[in-house]
Amino acid sequence: MSMLTALLVGFGAAAVAPALHRFAGRWTGALLTLVPAALFASFVIRVAPLVDGHVATERYAWAPRLMLHLSLRADGLALLMALLITGIGALVALYANRYLEGHPHLGRFYLFFFGFMSSMLGLVLSDNLLALFIFWELTSLTSYLLIGFDHTRDTSRAAALQGLLVTVGGGQALLVGVVMMGSAVGTLELSQLPGHALQTHPLYPWMLLLVLVGAFTKSAQFPFHFWLPGAMAAPTPVSAYLHSATMVKAGVFLLARLTPALGATPLWESAVTWVGGATMVVGAFLALGQRDLKLILAHATVCVLGTLTFLIGLGTALALHAMVVFLLAHALYKGALFLAAGAIDHATGTRDLVLLGGLRRAMPLTTAAVLLAAASMAGLVPALGFIGKELVYEGALAAPRAPGLATGATLLAFIPLVAVAAMLAVRPFFGATRELPHAPHEGPPGMWLGPLVLSVLGLVLGLFPSAVDGLLARASAVMAPAAPPPPPLKPWHGLNAALGLSVASLAGGAAVYFARDGLRGRISRLRLERWGPGRGYELALAGMLRFARFQTRLLQSGYLRRYLRMSVVAVGGLTAYALLTRARVWPELRGGDLEPYEAAVGVLMVLAAVTAARTRSRLASVSAMGVVGFGVALVFLFFGAPDLALTQSIVEALTVVVFLLALFHLPAYEELSSRPARLRDVGVSLAFGAVMATLLLVTVQNPEFPPISGYFLQNSVPGGHGRNVVNVILVDFRALDTLGEITVLAIAALGVSALLKAGRQKGTAR
Amino acid sequence: MTLETLLALVIGALYAAGLYMMLRRSVVKLVIGLALLAHASNLLVFTGVGLTRGRAPLVPEEATVPAPGVADPLAQALVLTAIVISFGLLVFTVVLLYRAHQAVGSPDLDAMRSTEE
Amino acid sequence: MTSLIFNSVVRALQPLLLFFSVFLLLSGHHAPGGGFTGGMVAASAFVLYGMATDTAAARRALRVPLPVLMGVGLLLALASGLVSVVSGEPFLTSVWLKFGAGVLGEVELGTPLLFDLGVYLVVMGVTLTFVASLAEE
Repeated sequence: MSMLTALLVGFGAAAVAPALHRFAGRWTGALLTLVPAALFASFVIRVAPLVDGHVATERYAWAPRLMLHLSLRADGLALLMALLITGIGALVALYANRYLEGHPHLGRFYLFFFGFMSSMLGLVLSDNLLALFIFWELTSLTSYLLIGFDHTRDTSRAAALQGLLVTVGGGQALLVGVVMMGSAVGTLELSQLPGHALQTHPLYPWMLLLVLVGAFTKSAQFPFHFWLPGAMAAPTPVSAYLHSATMVKAGVFLLARLTPALGATPLWESAVTWVGGATMVVGAFLALGQRDLKLILAHATVCVLGTLTFLIGLGTALALHAMVVFLLAHALYKGALFLAAGAIDHATGTRDLVLLGGLRRAMPLTTAAVLLAAASMAGLVPALGFIGKELVYEGALAAPRAPGLATGATLLAFIPLVAVAAMLAVRPFFGATRELPHAPHEGPPGMWLGPLVLSVLGLVLGLFPSAVDGLLARASAVMAPAAPPPPPLKPWHGLNAALGLSVASLAGGAAVYFARDGLRGRISRLRLERWGPGRGYELALAGMLRFARFQTRLLQSGYLRRYLRMSVVAVGGLTAYALLTRARVWPELRGGDLEPYEAAVGVLMVLAAVTAARTRSRLASVSAMGVVGFGVALVFLFFGAPDLALTQSIVEALTVVVFLLALFHLPAYEELSSRPARLRDVGVSLAFGAVMATLLLVTVQNPEFPPISGYFLQNSVPGGHGRNVVNVILVDFRALDTLGEITVLAIAALGVSALLKAGRQKGTAR
Repeated sequence: MTLETLLALVIGALYAAGLYMMLRRSVVKLVIGLALLAHASNLLVFTGVGLTRGRAPLVPEEATVPAPGVADPLAQALVLTAIVISFGLLVFTVVLLYRAHQAVGSPDLDAMRSTEE
Repeated sequence: MTSLIFNSVVRALQPLLLFFSVFLLLSGHHAPGGGFTGGMVAASAFVLYGMATDTAAARRALRVPLPVLMGVGLLLALASGLVSVVSGEPFLTSVWLKFGAGVLGEVELGTPLLFDLGVYLVVMGVTLTFVASLAEE
């Protein structure tokens, strides 16, 4: 299966999901699960050739002049992510079918879900930054729809909007950064970006800053981390899939991808390391302050995302390899934990850690899954999480600058993480059985299969890491192409400094675990929501709404003439400004070559216009308007436009007829505005007239561009078979415009007829 | 005075008169103002490409191109469609205002602010 | 307006105006005129007729309902553009046929003429809709 086919199949599944739900009912999820499963298989087949050094690429022109190609490239990093997206996607799709069983909008859920999955696949497979950006925005959009899936709850809607505004806002920054990169080096193909040219470009700091804002918002880095806990308003399968395993990794993924092009400068290293480090410590401590299972997991996810960013910032081959291994370990255990949390919520009706207890008898399989996953999270031998954590410590110990600080920060983040893992593993399952909203029970297979498969996989890969060694080595080689291949992963590293740190974090974690209740109280008493960055978001949003209301009141008065005056003053003012600053030659009032009849028509038109404006009689006004119209027709006649003269005179006659017909129904003139208002309007009108007259004179006397009508004059007879060039333009050269115009006319006629009919019906009803 | 200056004066006067009438509160004035504004704009485009006395863009028999110096056909085509379109716009506005007046029962545009009937 | 003189003049004038409008339409490709102008003149013929008699009589004299007139016009214009699509050219590319026609000499027929006929019918229908709806208020 080509990668393009894979994408199209995914989007196709999204498109048919609602219709399928109508036919297949409760089997929808099971059927649709086949799609990600098949895609997963198609990506598994690609692993072996990749490990042998063959990178699959596909390239389709999209908008080449914008440097936009649909270039797909399955290198190590892309393939690792694609496997996670489709593999976890299959398990979550199956799980959601049970979790949302009987939900009337299950079809819609799968539409959004597979829309997201395919966009995320596109994101990781894109080798073109603009294509990547498009998929990036699609994931933000589908994430918005999924967080707000429960759209009748206003907290869901607010959380969805928050997630959208933060990630899409970052997306805008990313777009600007990408465009700057493209115009700096003339290509947006990720595999061809010249690192040196970018890093020595004078705009490099701006590009970097903008790209980082995009990546940090997407991956919930401090201080943008607040949207991720909010996103827990989504149904739990969504949280497991988007907000821990896949989408939030997009920012980290982008940073990893751009490491060869933008990385390894002092600015990159300090910005990425500091933000990542701060995020991992903040996330870990905030996780301790929660009682809701999902919120605990969300904050722990923030911590891990911080760690991944931090490792990219360190930038050594060792740290980058640790990043890849830790990413895989986290995706497996966190997916399992989220799905298990959903199963617990589904079975018991609560996610409150303090209320839960003693579930191990009722939910043995879920208990097993959580124990295995928590072991991986805590970094216990022999889970994959242990290998990951060892590598992270080794990376921190070998940091090129301030290894002590780096190691300390990692320890500071991992100690709470261990405690959180213990809380998740012990509290809900052991101890006394408690009073719960529902009697707990094990869910159907679809609901325990996912957590169990993911957590067992974490254990198996911990025991036999060689199974994924080749793929992971290829993935880290994407970030550090020049580095020698990393040593093979081993389940046991022997006694070394990293092991010592592991033991220290376990001991520290145990201590924190026993002090957890006091700590939770202390952290929640900090009331971070009142002064944290989330509060800043709320204030900014409220401020924007206030400003919008203010300017609406200021500008949207509802009086037609105020809008008109504002527009006219703006247009006239800007035109006058342009004339004053730009006009090179001012109009000369040259000596006259005016024929007397021309002057007479001109004077007549001016007089008629003044009369129309001044008279108090409707009839006189309409007549004066008619005089002006026939004057215009005469001007057309004098200056070589017989078609226009003919049309104008008939239109004018018909206009007068229409006015006379309508006048019977319209009110008489009344003096409604005050004298000062009239004087002001006279001033505005005269000024506008003067600006337009000057504009015309300047235009006529400074022909800056040659007329473009030469083509029409030359080709009218040979190409258009007509001697009347105006008509040939209308019915041949520019026929599409004319077609549009007569369509508009027909619509106007229907509108007139409908308006009057509606009026008559109302009239008879009364 | 040159031709263009004369036309510029006429167009300026039409713009001023049309705009002044559109700024009034009375509904009928609004429509007549709109008509004057349409005339002004058509003349602006027509004059803006330069005026030529009496030479229509027609190709004589037995020739394949028109004599040099004929009037600009593109501007004429534009204005021809603009004349018909502004006629449509004008009638539509008249009918709309008539219906609004019927609904509101006041000659004052200010009484038509509310969107509810 | 039921003046006898006006009435008789209009009755005499109406066919002439209609004939003139068709002339404008047909000669419009080579001389001043065309679909817009012709359609307007044709509409005026019926407007005058309606003034001399009444709107209902004018509608009867037209025989075709106005929406049909506009619809047929739009479809003709659209169809004239589709002729070229059949032979693989872009939409609205003109296609011409040339043939001898006895005493008339050589006659050229092309899709732009069909297009112009569409314009003629739409403009006529639109204008008459405007006037008739207002007159019937």
